Amino acid sequence: MLSDQRIWYAVSSIITRINSAVVKHGTENLAWRIGGPQGSGINRIARLFARACAAQGMEVICRREYHSNIMGRHSYNDVVISAQALQCHRESTDILVTFDAETLCRHVHSLKPWGFALYADADGDVGLGRLPYLDQRLRDDLNAALSAAGLPETTQGLLEMAEQRGVRTVCIPYQALLERLADQLGMVKKAVSATQNMLAVAISAALIGMPEQALLAALEQTFLGKEHIVRMNREAVAIAYNHAQQLQPHVFRISLHGQASPRLLLDGTQSVALGKLAAGMGFQSYYPISPATDESTFLEARAEVRSTRGETCGPLVLQVEDELAAINMASGAALTGARSATATSGPGFSLMAEGLGWAGMNEVPLVITLYQRGGPSTGMPTRTDQGDLLFALHAGHGEFPRIILASGDVASCFYDAAQAFDYAERYQTPVIQMLDKALTSTLQTVPVFDTAAVTIDRGAVLASSEQQPQAVERFALTASGISPRPLLGQPGTWYWSTGVEHSEWGQVSEDPVLREQMMEKRAHKLALAAAEIPLSEKLEIHGDEDAAFTIFTWGSNKGAVLDALQQLSDRGIRARAVVLRLLWPFPADAVQALLQSASPSVMVECNYSAELNSLFVQQARRGCDHLVLKYSGRPISAEALLPQLVSIQAGDAGYRNVLRNAYE
Amino acid sequence: MGDDTLKTTLSAKHYQADQINDWCAGCGDHGILRALEKAMAKLELARDQTAVFGGIGCSGKTPYYLNVGGVHTLHGRVLSFAAGAKLANPALNVIAIGGDGDGLSIGAGHFVNSGRRNLDLLYILFNNGVYGLTKGQAAPTLRIGEKTRSMPRCVIQQHMNPIALAVISGYTWVARGYAYDVPALTDLVVAAMQHRGIAFLEVLQPCPKYNDLHTKDWYGDRLYKLSDDGYQALIAAETDAASVQQIYNEALARAAQWGELVPTGLFLQDLSKPDFRSQLAGLQPGIARRPPCQCVVTDDSGRTQIDLEPLFETLRIAADSSQT
Repeated sequence: MLSDQRIWYAVSSIITRINSAVVKHGTENLAWRIGGPQGSGINRIARLFARACAAQGMEVICRREYHSNIMGRHSYNDVVISAQALQCHRESTDILVTFDAETLCRHVHSLKPWGFALYADADGDVGLGRLPYLDQRLRDDLNAALSAAGLPETTQGLLEMAEQRGVRTVCIPYQALLERLADQLGMVKKAVSATQNMLAVAISAALIGMPEQALLAALEQTFLGKEHIVRMNREAVAIAYNHAQQLQPHVFRISLHGQASPRLLLDGTQSVALGKLAAGMGFQSYYPISPATDESTFLEARAEVRSTRGETCGPLVLQVEDELAAINMASGAALTGARSATATSGPGFSLMAEGLGWAGMNEVPLVITLYQRGGPSTGMPTRTDQGDLLFALHAGHGEFPRIILASGDVASCFYDAAQAFDYAERYQTPVIQMLDKALTSTLQTVPVFDTAAVTIDRGAVLASSEQQPQAVERFALTASGISPRPLLGQPGTWYWSTGVEHSEWGQVSEDPVLREQMMEKRAHKLALAAAEIPLSEKLEIHGDEDAAFTIFTWGSNKGAVLDALQQLSDRGIRARAVVLRLLWPFPADAVQALLQSASPSVMVECNYSAELNSLFVQQARRGCDHLVLKYSGRPISAEALLPQLVSIQAGDAGYRNVLRNAYE
Repeated sequence: MGDDTLKTTLSAKHYQADQINDWCAGCGDHGILRALEKAMAKLELARDQTAVFGGIGCSGKTPYYLNVGGVHTLHGRVLSFAAGAKLANPALNVIAIGGDGDGLSIGAGHFVNSGRRNLDLLYILFNNGVYGLTKGQAAPTLRIGEKTRSMPRCVIQQHMNPIALAVISGYTWVARGYAYDVPALTDLVVAAMQHRGIAFLEVLQPCPKYNDLHTKDWYGDRLYKLSDDGYQALIAAETDAASVQQIYNEALARAAQWGELVPTGLFLQDLSKPDFRSQLAGLQPGIARRPPCQCVVTDDSGRTQIDLEPLFETLRIAADSSQT
């Protein structure tokens, strides 16, 4: 164990080392990681820390990794801090904050050589065999490395191994600090033990030079209205800051001077939820499923929204019995003219396939937010994956049009969610907005959303009639394929609709000519969407537009790709990135043209089989020259992607390149 | 307004759509359709403010034959579609229709959970004991050991009791009618539509083609009306728990009757439970003023007028604290 004297020495040299390291790598950011057992408030405390950093004017991007478990299993959060806008998390970290031995075992290898491990005194010498939740594979790997280095199979061995490669380890006497806190509050230690994570955060906040007041402000915002918790944690912060003084104040202080413009700090689910509200969504039905549920519960708690004129106009958000009910109820609501949606993940979407087809057949404007997670079957409910693209494209029997949008970052989740309703109503067909778990749980500072940019296009709606009510054609054959849409309950009209093949009147018909007309009508809407939707809404091109080196991607990899692109540029490597947003109808012409001028071309995806690339082959008649894939259930980062891109550019890489990290 | 409510009289004929009906001659469905038309006329339901949803199977075709909004949905899912429409536009008169296979087998989850919600709509279950459209397989209402004409073997699973299931699932109005007694069935539909909350109406109907066990002759003298037996189905709003329990017990006892005597009429009307809308209004008063179908608010140029500022405020990183 290090003495305080040694800590002072170690710490005082670190600022220079961190700074020189980040400058050398051109990232100018600091990665902070906290881990611990689920149920110990890790996520909330990490959000609190991120909020405090953001309030200092810094940009933050946070990643959350957790198990499908309520209590006990390991979870961790990364907060990357920078004065500049951030696009990607980091796999390595500069500061690791732990208060259990398992976290130390899992993450000490991810520390940069100049990094810092803050660990609890109790965890300084724990046998790896005593940690029940440590995966056997990881335990075996760590033990093998330890015995190869001649070190004991304990946390002490791991700490020593880390120190040998330059990592500084700082022991925090949590139990003593908790005892002090309990004494000050006149409580028993057990009653204050939940503040351990606050102590951990506060010590690291003090060490990076964050003013105590900033952390306290974030604390009060996080626990708004929970006076008792705030009071207890306030004391904990004071004790932690006091303790940090002993570790040499502000010892790896980073420059906390960022921009002053107002920003939002939110995650992908919240961004989608706000986009839906902005679009005037009236109805959302859902069934609980990870990681989609957070969006619906966020909405449920905030459904009483108002217009600028003060009218209440919030949606009805309802938890129902299953995903079949969720999608079909949303369709039923959409028939009345309510902008309707559901949100789900892979297993739930599998159940929705039937209802999706009904909506397609009945030309129902319906929005489905699909939060991808690791599959197949139950798969990995809380881990990321992009393995549902081809499924989303083909779900449901028979042929019907659908529009598929993929959001690439937290901010675009908002605008995409809002626009999804426009597409749905304009083309009277289901729209699937795809996210992945990584984006879902990415917490990030973003510019405040511009609601004035949200314009609403309700598509062709049949005018209400002042006449005697009469039946109208729901599926009138038109040149565009779009029939002016009557609504259930609209004064003056009624109509029939059906999942059976039908006439213009929505009456059963199996006439071959009518069948052809209806198939053509529905298909034509997709062609119309492909023609009408501007290229800027189909894909984005970043970097050097004239460069031949072209990196294609979709979804949450966007951040990693753009970050890597910047670093390529810093190294003088010309490259461009193409991020696809509209995945169906597929922008075949644009992709074909880009592929023709691409050399080499690279596809970056978070799945095994390169699903978007196979769509390229099918639709643009050519795939990419190289694939960079990851399917461990963890997201792609720029730091892992960059070396692959460099070797591809140098001609050193093969066709298929898999990104791996055994310590995520 | 083009609203039908301004029209003085609407007869049953006004509710008949000009469509060719492809149900078999003698099918009980015809009687149910007649009762629906008559009930709609009695209630003078505005045709543009009424929607009938059908499941899959012969019964599911009912919406085609009625001159009101008609939505032919999916097998077992009719209640979900109907509920979505009712929730989004509470002014709509909503009737969901499905067969016994549709509602009790593939749609059983929705059947049970719809009772829990107590939405103000009517669910009519056409019970003929068989899957007619797929040529006579056993529906879950057929009893163990029974074998109809086209089944290769007898039923080796227990049957379900739709009335009992409705009672314990929370339906607040539960009744049984008979397809060939159109006047009584009409009265039941009228009463069901007037009930505030979810109404379940089971209609016994022979399937002349595939169910050769439960024929018109079989039903013959077995059917009796609960009201003729002095049966009391009503639970008033302020009824004490013990009395409520007593009526539920009695409803379940009557629901179990089958064989020599088969009860029809109202088994239960429970006014002591809150309906969905009043529950929701307690949590979200705005919904009562502006239903989901009217949530889109824009200015003249189509820009959204939803005010997200209060929500942004909770997520905002304040500008002033950035100056620290």
